[in-house]
Amino acid sequence: MDIVVENLTKLYGAQRAVDNISFRVKTGEILGFLGPNGAGKTTTMKAITTYLNPTEGSVSVGNFTIHDNPDEVKRSIGYLPENNPLYSDMMVIDYLKFVAELQGIEPKKIKERIREMIQTTGLDDEKHKKISELSKGYKQRVGLAQALIHDPQVLILDEPTSGLDPNQIVEIRELIKKIGREKTVILSSHILAEVEATCDRILIINKGKIVADGTARELRKKSEGQEILKVKIEDGDKNEVFKAIQTLECVGTVDFIKEEDNAFEVQSKPELTCRKPIFKLCVDKGWTLTEMTPIETKLEDIFRDLTMN
Amino acid sequence: MRQIWTITKRELQSFFDSLMAYIMLIAFLGFTGFFTWLYGSDIFFVKQASLSAFFSIAYWTLFFFIPAMTMRQLAEENRSGTIELLLTKPVSDWQVVLGKFLATLLLIVIALVLTLPYYITVASLGPIDHGAVLTGYLGLILMSAAYISIGIFTSSVSNNQIVSYLLALFIGIFFQIIFSMLSSNFGGFIGEALNFLSVSSHFDSISRGVVDTKDLLFFLSLIFLGLILTEANLAGKRN
Repeated sequence: MDIVVENLTKLYGAQRAVDNISFRVKTGEILGFLGPNGAGKTTTMKAITTYLNPTEGSVSVGNFTIHDNPDEVKRSIGYLPENNPLYSDMMVIDYLKFVAELQGIEPKKIKERIREMIQTTGLDDEKHKKISELSKGYKQRVGLAQALIHDPQVLILDEPTSGLDPNQIVEIRELIKKIGREKTVILSSHILAEVEATCDRILIINKGKIVADGTARELRKKSEGQEILKVKIEDGDKNEVFKAIQTLECVGTVDFIKEEDNAFEVQSKPELTCRKPIFKLCVDKGWTLTEMTPIETKLEDIFRDLTMN
Repeated sequence: MRQIWTITKRELQSFFDSLMAYIMLIAFLGFTGFFTWLYGSDIFFVKQASLSAFFSIAYWTLFFFIPAMTMRQLAEENRSGTIELLLTKPVSDWQVVLGKFLATLLLIVIALVLTLPYYITVASLGPIDHGAVLTGYLGLILMSAAYISIGIFTSSVSNNQIVSYLLALFIGIFFQIIFSMLSSNFGGFIGEALNFLSVSSHFDSISRGVVDTKDLLFFLSLIFLGLILTEANLAGKRN
């Protein structure tokens, strides 16, 4: 099921929490929602799940829109809200049963579904515990289990790994990836590594507007522009090497890398590469080239570029 | 319908799990039993096989107990954020409100059913007006339903349970006693209007054995008003 968001605007008083956002997510795609706190990620998700009425614009999930068929939209969505609210006084198994009944699963199939969910999310030893007794990681699994119980076509996960330890994060990511193969998934996060590891596509929003949209690689390419190399050259005088590199035609700027001896950061001029000239230079001068690595622009930098004004 | 029942079941479960239900049942039976049988104008004092002592004490006990049952129902969901889970499931706001309303009403009905032994015992002591007992119970149920719907409304207003309890009492006390007190100070139309708004005057006339459509209409509109305001409040939070 595709999710289509069109010209979505949400006002809180005079503040535009979401400002005329449009995007589309296709079946089988995992979309990462990235943005600083307060950028409008959660608001957009709440609008898709029908929890908030948008001030303007529309959202459709498959053939249903949030205005005309809210119940069908709700039925097609599995939603894990921010902070993972749960009825802490209920037992895990009772809670899942409650959600299954609300989702309108046939009474005969409920047991089967609960068993499956408990297995997928690894809650077998905890199923008879009260939710309040569970650790944060297990609570998160319960949150995921309730979102998945009716086998929804669309999954909306608001910061699914917040507050988990590194092992749990990896587990949850694997789970999302596994589930995400056949479903449409939107997940939000402000952890960049997470979005890069799990998502097929990244949407960066800032101050309610989309500022970037594409795969991690595309985003990098866009912001890269010039090639940056880390070069380490030994057997030569530091300053002499520095000057020699600077005189190369292709080179834009050269910098010493402070922490390491004989290491330089070389930024090429636009559209040019310095790999060959630097290698030749070393051969000519009899220096030893011990390292030459391209420095990738980090997603963090792109993110900062786009969201800091 | 199934959705409503699912919510009602969960609410009832939560009443019993938190011991709230047991405390309420024991306290209710204790209070009403004490004043019906042992103290004040009890059965042996008035020397009549009548449950009117029971009805008047139940009337007040329920008035204080009901907001304590309802205060948690939406305030806690607002506080913990579980309301978001509930409203993003394929249920309507109405189903949520009705589910919660029915749960508390059922608990009150259970409490009232448990007082049937009083009735049976009193009936065996002497001639009792069965009709008046029946309408007395009906009056208690209607009055409870009205306060439940007010309680659920005040619970939806706040995310603090104490605030919603006190607010429910504050609104309730007008219907419970203030309107009827004021009505005796005013004559004419205002006096009559205030008297019509008073729960006690309607309850009194029902528990005396006279079920007037006027009384039914009053209770039903109060119940409906509370529920509508709650629903509007839930819907308003989406904007």
